[in-house]
Amino acid sequence: MQASIPSIVGQMIVFIAFVLFTMKFVWPPITAAMEARRQRIADGLAAAERGAKALQDASSKSDQALAEARTQAQDILSAANKQASQIVEQAKGTAQQEADRIVAKAQDDVGREVARAREELRKQVGELAVIGASKILKREIDAKAHADVLSDLAARV
Amino acid sequence: MSAWHIDTLIISTLLGLAFLTLFRIAAVRATEGVPGKLQNFVEILVEFVDNSVKDSFHGNRAFIAPLALTIFCWVFLWNCMDLLPVDGIPLLWAQIYGAMGHDPAHAYIRVVPSADMSATFALSISVFILIFVYSFKGKGVKGFTVEFLTHPFGAKLLPANVILNTVEYLAKPMSLALRLFGNLYAGELIFILIALLPWWAQIIPGLGWAIFHILVVTLQSFIFMTLTIVYLSMAYEHH
Repeated sequence: MQASIPSIVGQMIVFIAFVLFTMKFVWPPITAAMEARRQRIADGLAAAERGAKALQDASSKSDQALAEARTQAQDILSAANKQASQIVEQAKGTAQQEADRIVAKAQDDVGREVARAREELRKQVGELAVIGASKILKREIDAKAHADVLSDLAARV
Repeated sequence: MSAWHIDTLIISTLLGLAFLTLFRIAAVRATEGVPGKLQNFVEILVEFVDNSVKDSFHGNRAFIAPLALTIFCWVFLWNCMDLLPVDGIPLLWAQIYGAMGHDPAHAYIRVVPSADMSATFALSISVFILIFVYSFKGKGVKGFTVEFLTHPFGAKLLPANVILNTVEYLAKPMSLALRLFGNLYAGELIFILIALLPWWAQIIPGLGWAIFHILVVTLQSFIFMTLTIVYLSMAYEHH
């Protein structure tokens, strides 16, 4: 059992050739493919992370917008309510005023009419009394002389 | 056989070519997309070797990593040859040798290249040369010489340093080669001893030894690769 120098040298040459072959033609393509895949996976993961973050952003933004819209709607609603009640109040006031005015006018009219009617009646009663008195007395009466008596009479009607 | 150990040379070269062919096919077909089964297998090995190198060697791995891969796979295939039936190929070779008109009794063939010191020393001497190459690359010729002359004990004990370093450097290729050779040679020897038993007594010990040798085969190739990396990184880096 011994090693032989020529055999060792031959083996070494073969070994060096194999190593060089591996170095040139085996190692680089395989590691390049592995590295490229690693890069792709890393890119994919990064993209997924970005997507998740964007989704989160969008959802928080939409939540914010929703809350804003809700408060705005609330504001608008309360403003509208306020305005409506104001309008109703105003309308009520106007109507009351109008009613009061109409009532007052009507009362005014009625009072005036009553006064006019009373005046008319007074006149007519006066004339009637004069006519009646003249007819009763069947003689010419000095209207002037009895006018104060007549007007006193008329005022009592 | 002759001084040339043609059997070891041819078998180891064939095994190496098998390794290179397989890996070259995988390299040509390598895709960065979903890898196939062959590519997966090759990538696992490549990554495993690359990580082993990365752990101890901190420099450009463009040469060392392929070197480690070649050593691991090649030695692994060498060692795997001892799992073949121990008499099978020699018997076949004796038939061929006889058919060629020679005396079949003189047909010797060694199937396991790592059970031949020529093969293991060829590897370890190559590594030995690379140790110097990497020492010069990492430290420069001057740095290497200074370290060689003064390293463990300082400049005053120069002869002691030289003796110690010489022994240390020589021990590296010797231990690398003899460890692999010893393990596989002894393994083959046990297989031969088992083969001498009657057939019914061979089954259990043969099975047990073969299963144990699956471990030895892998372990020895891994040790050879790892020690190569460690030696080269020790040579490359400053202490």
